[in-house]
Amino acid sequence: MGDSIIGVKFSGGVIIAADQSNARSILVYQSNLDKIPSLTSHSMLGCSGPNADIVNFSEFIAKNLELYRLSNDDMILSPHAQANFARGELAKALRKGPFQVNALLGGYDVKSKEGELYWMDYLGTLQKVNFGAQGYAGYFVLSTMDREWKEGMNEAEALEVVKHGISNLGTRLLLNQPNWLIKVVDEKGVRTIEFGADPADC
Amino acid sequence: MSIFTYNGGAIIAMSGKNCIGIASDTRLGIQFQTVACDFQKVFKMSSKLFLGLAGLATDVQTLEKLLQFRMNLYELREERPMSPKAFAELLSNVLYEKRFGSYFVEPIVAGLNDDGSPFLVNMDCIGAPCLAKDYVVAGTATANMHGMCETLWKEGMESEELFETLSQALLASVDRDAISGWGAVVHIVTKDGVMTRELKARQD
Repeated sequence: MGDSIIGVKFSGGVIIAADQSNARSILVYQSNLDKIPSLTSHSMLGCSGPNADIVNFSEFIAKNLELYRLSNDDMILSPHAQANFARGELAKALRKGPFQVNALLGGYDVKSKEGELYWMDYLGTLQKVNFGAQGYAGYFVLSTMDREWKEGMNEAEALEVVKHGISNLGTRLLLNQPNWLIKVVDEKGVRTIEFGADPADC
Repeated sequence: MSIFTYNGGAIIAMSGKNCIGIASDTRLGIQFQTVACDFQKVFKMSSKLFLGLAGLATDVQTLEKLLQFRMNLYELREERPMSPKAFAELLSNVLYEKRFGSYFVEPIVAGLNDDGSPFLVNMDCIGAPCLAKDYVVAGTATANMHGMCETLWKEGMESEELFETLSQALLASVDRDAISGWGAVVHIVTKDGVMTRELKARQD
């Protein structure tokens, strides 16, 4: 619950923002963690949960997608296929040794030229959404995004919505989350828009 | 908190004169927080067969894929469409295989037999079937739905009247349940095809 992830779909891409704190109980281990690993050149997974599970699960999915690409004539699976693959792995692991990862998968579909955002929880529930959140963030930003999100927004407008959410959390959430990492995926691929502290991936 | 009420949801299926209707709400929630208002819980398995799954959302999705797979295998081997009765029997067995570690779902099978007569079954999470002539319900608002259906259902409804009855029964039931609602969808199946309509529901 401590990790806040916010995702917003816009026309032609998806923005995902995550706080950069790596903490347990009263101790903050680091404040520059990158919780939005890339899966393929055109998709990323904003993850919430213990650092071990985030790294293990996201690398597992990413490497399997890379294997598929190498085995299948350079085919990059659509975000829809990637999300359903990830969901299947979460569901398979649920009754064996669950991945405690709640995630937002943001990707760019080269066929439809649209951004796609998928909400996934650790049980293996999957839902395509226009905007979403994981962690405590949902209690604060889902209602503001209900009001502010519009069909056909551009990247700048989507970034406004995300930043509004971040500032909302800064005011009203008890947990101190000073650093936020914001990434975007569009036809050009995954790139970082801004960060609070120079990110490290572990 | 029970694992069956974690995501919330409500499904009703009713029989009419040579037609059936199946309706569900479209809320996806995590306990009291609503995550999405367009979550699918009723799945078209064939032109005359629908499967409604209430309960834990991940198992709803897993079972839908699993049963689609099993049904595809059946139809490839048998070279004929799967009857509602056979499908329900398959589902019951799939669920009982997990007797001591079950899927947390309450399924409803609703379809039309070859002769056009309605077929309605609901099951518990380990596959115990309950055939019904009139209506079946599943989900977190079953008490409400039983009350509405028992009152509103009557024999021999044509498809338009069935649609009205089913819609009113569902909407009234989910409006009194905190974790169901946030949109609804109704499918009416007759020998001529399927008609699907989204209902305008209270968004709270």
